[in-house]
Amino acid sequence: MTQEKATARVKRGLAEMLRGGVIMDVVTAEQARIAEDAGAVAVMALERVPADIRRDGGVARMSDPALIEAIKAAVTIPVMAKARIGHFAEAQVLQALEVDYVDESEVLTPADEAHHIDKWAFAVPFVCGATNLGEALRRVAEGAALIRSKGEAGTGNVVEAVRHLRSILGDIGALAAAPREERFRWAKELAAPVDLVEEVAGAGRLPVPLFCAGGLATPADAALVMQIGAEAVFVGSGIFRSEDPARRARAIVEATAHPTDPEIVAKVSTGLGAAMPGLEVAGLETRLADRGW
Amino acid sequence: MGEGGAGRLRIGVLALQGDVAAHATALAEVGALPVPVRRPADLGDLAGLVIPGGESTTLSLLLSSSGIVEPLDALIAAGLPVLGTCAGLILLAREVVDGRPDQRSFGAMDIVVRRNAFGRQVSSFESDVVVAGCPGPPVRAVFIRAPVIEEAGPAVEVLAEIDTPMGCRAVACRQGAITVTAFHPELTTDRRIHEMFVSGIKTPHPHKIAIR
Repeated sequence: MTQEKATARVKRGLAEMLRGGVIMDVVTAEQARIAEDAGAVAVMALERVPADIRRDGGVARMSDPALIEAIKAAVTIPVMAKARIGHFAEAQVLQALEVDYVDESEVLTPADEAHHIDKWAFAVPFVCGATNLGEALRRVAEGAALIRSKGEAGTGNVVEAVRHLRSILGDIGALAAAPREERFRWAKELAAPVDLVEEVAGAGRLPVPLFCAGGLATPADAALVMQIGAEAVFVGSGIFRSEDPARRARAIVEATAHPTDPEIVAKVSTGLGAAMPGLEVAGLETRLADRGW
Repeated sequence: MGEGGAGRLRIGVLALQGDVAAHATALAEVGALPVPVRRPADLGDLAGLVIPGGESTTLSLLLSSSGIVEPLDALIAAGLPVLGTCAGLILLAREVVDGRPDQRSFGAMDIVVRRNAFGRQVSSFESDVVVAGCPGPPVRAVFIRAPVIEEAGPAVEVLAEIDTPMGCRAVACRQGAITVTAFHPELTTDRRIHEMFVSGIKTPHPHKIAIR
């Protein structure tokens, strides 16, 4: 009985297992332990959370392998790490480190202005950000096994994530309802392969899971995006830039598991301490969501 | 049967975290009525329950906070048929190796399981597996950061085994009304495992518990 690794089903399979869960950004092994204790389904290992990347400026790159190894050793749940858009050599390093998912992320400084990573060439699965359906399908065509909204990372402002989710889900609904002959026009306008457009039209969903990321800061934010149609959430700066990270992490896990139960969301939201300070998107110097295409 | 079920068996799917939707689809395709279970009240009138794949540490925490542990313990003790896949298998095992010390388990099946037995995601795989009681060709089994069964007690019937770097290991077992798989039958379109579970539910009478 031969074992076949790295098939699309195996890569997408891990994302299926993360559904209904919270993936938390962590910058130390200690934070990773706090995240796991709070019920995170996975952690994203990075050197700086997006809010700090935004504040510090400069070029943001893949994390030091020593940090990733320390975080892998600290927890039993899956560990993800970020590579720059188009930086396949960083992704090769992350695969060699045996991270469980690579995030080809706009939060880091893009390395290639014309090409995303050829993700089919890797055994490790990839998650990619998207702001609309065309972008999501281009990433799937390149081999992404999971799509997340980009949102606007590091702002604590959920408005962009909601915009991206609504755009992707709204277009999926419209495409699924459209007459067959219009699918070619959809493919042209989305700048996406027609076979993927056909697949989405037939299934009424993306070929891979759709998670939400970018600006989530509260349990109610998680409940909002889960009810809109996200299948899980990434929380970056929102946890470890808040007053009481352990409690907030636990509360967001509960709200993500029970998004349609406002009594539970109310209970876990009570007395959480200050959320991370938020930023108005209109006033930003750098829009991370504009990175990638 | 439950309202709207029209003769279909009501099978709960523990819906706190994990690939709940895939199991619900599979159950519906074999003629059952999938019912999401998030709170104790959802456990009423079920003919069976599926504990899906997911992260077992997360599920363990959410089971405790949702108040489901005690009533579900009682239902399992009373013979509620349960299908556990991957994380579900871990939650049903007597003992978990390489888990977290505070990890919760129902201890419903006399097995010792090793969590993440094959290593990290790059070692996840799919493979043809012969499953006892499944007629026809082998089952295409998808193993995602999968556990294996290290030891099975005398009351446990081993349904499937595979060769692993650690030697031959059981990956599907049955004990009484409990069936577990280390792999994910819900991730393929082959419905024989769900069919076997649902058709094996002998008592058409839903298990009832008193809801406080």
